[in-house]
Amino acid sequence: MQDAFVRAAERWPRDGAPRNPGAWIVTTARNAAIDRIRRQQTLARKTELLARAEELPEDEEAVIPDERLELIFACCHPALAPEAQVALTLSLVGGLETPEIARAFLVPEATLAQRLVRAKRKIRDAGIPFRVPAEHLLPERLRLVLATIYLVFNAGYGPPVRRELCGEAIRLAAVLATLMPDEAEAHGLHALLLLQDARRDARVSADGELVLLDEQNRSLWDTDGIEQGRRALERALALRLPGPYQLQAAIASLHYEEPADWAQIALLYGRLAELSPSPVVELNRAVAVAMADGPEPGLAIVDGLSGLERYHLWHSTRAELLRRLGRDEEAATAYSRALELAPSETERTFLQRRLSAVD
Amino acid sequence: MQYLLLIHDDEAQWGDMPEDERNAVYAEYGRYTEELQTRGILVGANQLQPSGTATVVHVEDGKTLTTDGPFAETKEVLGGYYLIDVDTLDEALEWAAKIPSARYGHIEVRPIVMREAEVAS
Repeated sequence: MQDAFVRAAERWPRDGAPRNPGAWIVTTARNAAIDRIRRQQTLARKTELLARAEELPEDEEAVIPDERLELIFACCHPALAPEAQVALTLSLVGGLETPEIARAFLVPEATLAQRLVRAKRKIRDAGIPFRVPAEHLLPERLRLVLATIYLVFNAGYGPPVRRELCGEAIRLAAVLATLMPDEAEAHGLHALLLLQDARRDARVSADGELVLLDEQNRSLWDTDGIEQGRRALERALALRLPGPYQLQAAIASLHYEEPADWAQIALLYGRLAELSPSPVVELNRAVAVAMADGPEPGLAIVDGLSGLERYHLWHSTRAELLRRLGRDEEAATAYSRALELAPSETERTFLQRRLSAVD
Repeated sequence: MQYLLLIHDDEAQWGDMPEDERNAVYAEYGRYTEELQTRGILVGANQLQPSGTATVVHVEDGKTLTTDGPFAETKEVLGGYYLIDVDTLDEALEWAAKIPSARYGHIEVRPIVMREAEVAS
């Protein structure tokens, strides 16, 4: 066990990727295809998928141990504190350097380095296993893994964007969904990440500025990614076990429609708020309500929220709604506050531009 | 690997428990211990006398200070332990969850430091 850890700990930060990524991807794709066949909806699709699965080389499968999966279950073990789980996953599975992880989570580098050392020591000394948990432990452990993968994705989604982190999160989500074909939320997370990632090129402009959804150049949307995301979502929904990731994926999918069904999006946010109550979800619902019914009811929701005083998006959302209501002076104040709190240069540039428009 | 499963629970709760329920829990403990033995996992186990029987010793400047009782005033106290030998933390955690007192109190799972001679054997 210790050996396995030491080997993994040495290899992943250095190499970052599986030793045989080509074969690994083939295996993943093959498993995904077989998996889909199991839950086939129509004979036509079944035939098509079977054909595709047969094209993949047969002997690749046996020689590729799914080491990253074992590693991620060890990294996300509940015996480790949540912040240690994320840091370990990024370091050992994502291959990020300590300073990068420290920056992503706004903690001093020394603190993060110590967190990593302690977590690795605990894995070794407490005998946290490097294996996919037994069947009866899997659902609870999976929940932790999904949360961690989503955090990895978000750390890469930026700004600043780190493509390799998003790609890593998507690959891990795909593996999980394949491994656990009956877990709707694993498919849900996979779908959500694919759908969010599909607008990566449109959401940041050539000079690095954030572009609002309704101002995005649709030709920059990754239609293949959207299609893949929607198929993953279909697989999730077919299992009829709704969950937060599926709801968010459904919302992301609706955003790609023209025109977007804002009333439906607002409804899904409402459902999401029931399943996992959070002021940030309410803030998103407020935006959808504003799009469906106008800025006034949206602003009423935003102003009713508490606990987001230090969240730049709360201020920028308020600012935007105030601007649409023609209350430019209040909008300018809110933009200024958002500007003070914004965590990245890209967001500050964006907010500065919005502020100039009302000032 | 060896793990010490430390059973922390509220002694008053045991005193307040109806006798037949207490007997049922004891019988459950018996079956649990037997299962550990049958599987060859059990290294050792003991139930402790109530914490009221405890004595605390501390040495300062070569002088022994002896006081009564456990040093921390907490509701849950150490009531007993199992020492088991399993492969991983996951197995240890599963066995910990099966201890009847896990439903009433908490089980602390601590890996044992293995000396080299023991590891070799």
